[in-house]
Amino acid sequence: MMKMSGFKKFKKIGAVIAAAAIGILSVPMSAQASAFDHRSYTYIYDYWEDVQDCPNVYDVYGVFTSTDLGLDTKMVTPSGLYVNGETIYICDTGNNRILVIEKDPEAGLRVVQIIDSIKYAPGPSTFNGPTDIAVSDEGNIFICDKNNNRILKVDSNLNYLMQFDLPVDSSLPSDLVFFPNKIVVDSAERVYCIADNINKGLLKYEADGTFSGFVGATKAAYNWYDYLFKRFATQEQLDRMQSDVPTEYDNIYMDYEGFIYACTGKVEPEDLDAGTVDAVRRLNLLGNDILVRNSDIPVYGDLYWGSAGGYSGPSYFSDVTAFDNDIFVCLDRNRGRLFGYDDQGRMVFAFGGNGNMDGYFRRPVAIEHIGYDLLVLDTTDCSLTYFVLTEFGQDIYNAVDQFDAGMYEESGASWRRVLAQDGNYDLAYIGIGRSLLRQEQYKEAMEYFELKYDDDNYSKAFKEYRKEWVQSHLFITVFILVLLLMIPLSIDKYRDMQIEIATSDVFRFPDPEDNMTRAEIKEYHKKQRQEAREREKAKREARRNNRF
Amino acid sequence: MAEIKTGNNNILSGVGGWFKNTFNAKYWDSLKFSLYCLSHPLDGFWDLSHEKRGTYAAANTILFLTIFIRIIKLKYTSFLFVRVYWEELNIFLYIASILFPLALFVIGNWATTTLFDGKGRLGQVYIATCYSLTPYPLVQIPLMFLSNAVTNDEAEFYTVLSALSIVWCGILVLAAMGQIHEFSGAKNILFMVFSLFAMLVMIFLLLIFFSMITQGIAYFYSLYREFMFRM
Repeated sequence: MMKMSGFKKFKKIGAVIAAAAIGILSVPMSAQASAFDHRSYTYIYDYWEDVQDCPNVYDVYGVFTSTDLGLDTKMVTPSGLYVNGETIYICDTGNNRILVIEKDPEAGLRVVQIIDSIKYAPGPSTFNGPTDIAVSDEGNIFICDKNNNRILKVDSNLNYLMQFDLPVDSSLPSDLVFFPNKIVVDSAERVYCIADNINKGLLKYEADGTFSGFVGATKAAYNWYDYLFKRFATQEQLDRMQSDVPTEYDNIYMDYEGFIYACTGKVEPEDLDAGTVDAVRRLNLLGNDILVRNSDIPVYGDLYWGSAGGYSGPSYFSDVTAFDNDIFVCLDRNRGRLFGYDDQGRMVFAFGGNGNMDGYFRRPVAIEHIGYDLLVLDTTDCSLTYFVLTEFGQDIYNAVDQFDAGMYEESGASWRRVLAQDGNYDLAYIGIGRSLLRQEQYKEAMEYFELKYDDDNYSKAFKEYRKEWVQSHLFITVFILVLLLMIPLSIDKYRDMQIEIATSDVFRFPDPEDNMTRAEIKEYHKKQRQEAREREKAKREARRNNRF
Repeated sequence: MAEIKTGNNNILSGVGGWFKNTFNAKYWDSLKFSLYCLSHPLDGFWDLSHEKRGTYAAANTILFLTIFIRIIKLKYTSFLFVRVYWEELNIFLYIASILFPLALFVIGNWATTTLFDGKGRLGQVYIATCYSLTPYPLVQIPLMFLSNAVTNDEAEFYTVLSALSIVWCGILVLAAMGQIHEFSGAKNILFMVFSLFAMLVMIFLLLIFFSMITQGIAYFYSLYREFMFRM
């Protein structure tokens, strides 16, 4: 793909050049700032990175506090959230217990079980600050017992099976204490873990408990300025400098295909801006990032980091979850927002905010999903917010699903319904275009792609359209091509012909001497023509030399 | 012996004939001379000033064409290459983004070269610079059509040709300045750099000038308001 970001910046460049040139005229740049003032709950960024209001993709179904869930002891700093099927697990870290919650026809959600101890454990049988939990396909439960420095594996009846401790690895400092923070478990019961103060990536344990290495370390941010500075810095300066180390992940999620979504908020804003670090990555088995980023809008949440309402800086992705349709949702702890991106890394929605109302957060730390419903855990508010899709959101997801299933016409129809509800929804235009492209309606597809500057898809459609056009206009195409070739060639020929005509015997009475023979007359005319040609040539030459 | 007449035998002279009858013949000739300068920059720009082959009218025409093409390019080039955020496009600022650097260059170049034996006068610098812009409209017009016939895969054709038109302009400017000031190659390049510095200095001075004017106006305005308030 050819990146055309240079052209994209045109709006700025044009203004900046002119402003710099004139120097006095201040360009009204407040248009973007004013977009913040009356922003709707849900929004998207359009091609120009302007905020566009958007109908709600998700509505709050309910906010469940400890009382709503039927708890006697209120939750204290809950930090872990996990969903297995329809069962929700909350790690109530402050109370050293795990809540098992299920759907309830009357109350919505209800705590059905409280796990606060396990049986037959070699160490303590209770937890100390559990931060995460995961359930394998076999039904075994993995618990991140953080302050007891262990990851527990218990069966569904809470019988101790085994535990994972700090791995013996020469690259780890000897005084390191093991604080496992977040875990995921794959289908073969391999455990991937984020531990505090370990920035080499995820710790990977095999099913039998052996440590098999680190996977997917974040890239260390590095730039030429640092490089230059370090070349000339003294040892003292170097010691004072923060070393360029990879950052730790904040949270991980294993999607239905077994790929791990990992997010981090511990990034420097300038690194994020320069694109040297990623806020969210999708790791394959080898730990390589395979997240598709085909959008010009970067996958790091909010684009504008201006200080507003006491919050500044980039979005802090504290958790991520991914649906089965490859749309993944990142949770921004900083401004309390949720950002949805599709399988191409294009923004599907952004909504939320900080506050006390339903659908707003104080410190959201974990996100999960049941089907297409979203669950967000707020650690300060000690509440669980349950979001359900709106009709608008349902249309978007239908369109995505139908396209993936190869039902292109239906997908196009769904996107048209989306468009009817929100004319500023960029993905709908591109979606309709892609559906038309599959239906071989290239001209119409091109129009939709052009509206939203999708050059790759436009080129695909245009290529086909051009092929069709050339085939149906074969004669005129060939004619034009031949004409283009012939015209330059024939110009000199034409001039020669004119001379030929002007000097030919037919149009001019011969004017030789009387006593010439016929052959001599012919010779004479030939000479005349020769001279005329030379004169003409000389004239042409002179014209070239004199420019007139 | 009979005179051989071949008449107007190319399309340009046909148009030119009409043009010459309609407008000034000198204008048409000087305009056509820009085409000669394209391919013979050294010779062409020498004659342009020393034989007075160039005119202000033709220079203005070329400048106008350049600006005009630059503007309609925004609309008619394929979106693969040019994407315009129309909401923030100020057409006057956009025009100024060509005219202002041009004016700065012309003045800056003249001001620096005239101190160091540059033979060119201000008007000649202006005419020559405008004549050097000829490749831009000439290349960009067909490119505008081409852009609508290519896909992403063939985008390189456009970008290379487009860059070529700019580079060509640059070469012409360089050649033109060398010829009209009668500078040698190295001195010419040196004074091009000096001209750029002069442009920067002028921008700096203008910024100071205008900011001080603004401050001055603000001062008197606040005086006036204070005065009116106390009345």
